[in-house]
Amino acid sequence: MSWRGILIYAENYSGKVNSSAFELLGKANELKVRIGGEVSAITLARVDVDAVVQQLISYGADRVVVYKVSSDEELANQLIHRDAIVDAVNMFKPKLVLISATPWGRSLGPRVAAKLGTGITADCLDIYVDEQGDIVQVRPAFTGNIIAHIKTLTNPVITTIRPKVFPIPRPDPSKRGEVVVKNIEELNLSNDARNIKVLGVAKVKEVKLPDVQIIVSVGRGLRSREDIEIFKEFAKMLGGELGCSKPLVDMGWCEKDRQVGFSGNIVRPRIYIACGISGAPQHIAGMKDSEYVIAINIDETAPISKYSDLLIVGNMYEIVEKAIKKISEVKKDMLTT
Amino acid sequence: MNIVVLVKPTPDITKVKFDIEKGTIDRSSAELEINPFDLYAIEVAVKIKNLLGGTVTAISMAPPHGEKTLRDAISRGVDKAILLTDRKFAGADTLATSYTLAMAIKKLESFIGKVDLILCGEKSVDGDTAHVGPEVAEHLGLPHASFVIHIVDISSDRVVVETDYGDSYYQLELKLPTVIAVSRPLMFRGALVEPRVPRLSDILKARRAKIDIWNADYLSDVADMNRFGLAGSPTRVVKAFYALTSTKTPIVIKGDEGVDILIKILKEKGVLR
Repeated sequence: MSWRGILIYAENYSGKVNSSAFELLGKANELKVRIGGEVSAITLARVDVDAVVQQLISYGADRVVVYKVSSDEELANQLIHRDAIVDAVNMFKPKLVLISATPWGRSLGPRVAAKLGTGITADCLDIYVDEQGDIVQVRPAFTGNIIAHIKTLTNPVITTIRPKVFPIPRPDPSKRGEVVVKNIEELNLSNDARNIKVLGVAKVKEVKLPDVQIIVSVGRGLRSREDIEIFKEFAKMLGGELGCSKPLVDMGWCEKDRQVGFSGNIVRPRIYIACGISGAPQHIAGMKDSEYVIAINIDETAPISKYSDLLIVGNMYEIVEKAIKKISEVKKDMLTT
Repeated sequence: MNIVVLVKPTPDITKVKFDIEKGTIDRSSAELEINPFDLYAIEVAVKIKNLLGGTVTAISMAPPHGEKTLRDAISRGVDKAILLTDRKFAGADTLATSYTLAMAIKKLESFIGKVDLILCGEKSVDGDTAHVGPEVAEHLGLPHASFVIHIVDISSDRVVVETDYGDSYYQLELKLPTVIAVSRPLMFRGALVEPRVPRLSDILKARRAKIDIWNADYLSDVADMNRFGLAGSPTRVVKAFYALTSTKTPIVIKGDEGVDILIKILKEKGVLR
């Protein structure tokens, strides 16, 4: 049997399908024209199976296979997801498998690839079909310094796709599709899956930086831990969130969830305001695709300037505090008039 | 407890020069060093050894000059180091690399007995894939946890970790043997892990230490040699570009005027009314 069509994996470890799955469905439907076959979706669910299925179909799946698990613990066990994806691949024989490059997906994807003995390409920013009809995966490497175009010689081609790169398509609630529901017990679960016990959620992230549209980031220019509040207030005022560079996390001044950079979050907000951040390569790798970058820095020659649209040379405290004052005055005026 | 740390020699990413035309790196422009994420794996391996006893073995697959980084690993408290080096390993993608490392672990077990814990950094600064830890686990049929921010506790037969799933950190209990790919910053039993600065005496000792060099043939009794190197690699880079050519020329504003421009731009962008 030949390898045809596209299988997307809809991430669901918490009871809620990650919206990045809809981005994959949008891209898969675009690629389907060149690759041929159908767009299938695979997911796991404990409850609300019908709702999950309908959601995936409305966002573009021609058919859906859902593996029903019986507990939250099973749902959060990555190796059960691996077994389910391998089963779905054997069932559909897709040419291409798309997985979201979330931490979960980047941990799960290579397990699936190694189990199937096929190639996987990580954290792709694009995927296309070239003149020869081959699938080409586009990904950054060397801490974002290099963009590589990669082909896979084996089947299926497995790709993890960075979230927020492709848009979520418009759902069509009237769309119909084929549905297969399987109980996870029907699979012969691998032994290694039984050697993981999910104890539960240790901590919900305070902020999911990749989802934020306006980020005010602070770096080494910050003089004390307490001063973070000033910049947090500024971020809130703009309807955004505070980010930071790696040194602040290393010093324990800021939570890792807020770190922008290669070892933290890779973000592409509408507006990125870098306060007192010089722009080490590892930071640039995390923010260079932001739509509009404003740097506030005492040093006009700081590397960040090469990646900025607006550079304000000056003391970050003075500038931000004055801006906060002005904005709150305007807000007050609006309230009184 | 037998611990293996997978160590990747990588170029210092802050110093390396890129060939902008070809989209490759100039390998001579920066020396190899231990992948920064792997420093945390080494440090926590030594801490676990100090807690439970046992051995720590570092394994690298690299060209012959990767030996220097393994000496660095020894100066940081690793007991034994193995360098997998052979032309037959060259051109390996993550599937072939992880297979080779997994087979080397199997081979090591024929000498020291069961390996209980395999540690590595969550990803490397050059490849950026985060594949190798999970793939090594798959080849060996072991559970794994990636993006681990906290090794909460460990005993002779299990380990409790906190791992980043994306929306939340989950706590998992993994039965040993297992593979743990660590993030940074990293905690061990409630305390921040800080990679040590090797003492001069340790550096000198490491200079004299013996590094085991294993080639492809040496693994022939445990491995399928067709799965090494380029031959065992399903992916091919067809082209590459230098990506940081951004020569944005920013509007530069100095002093107080900056505040007004900042507010003006934020209004234009619809952030402020």
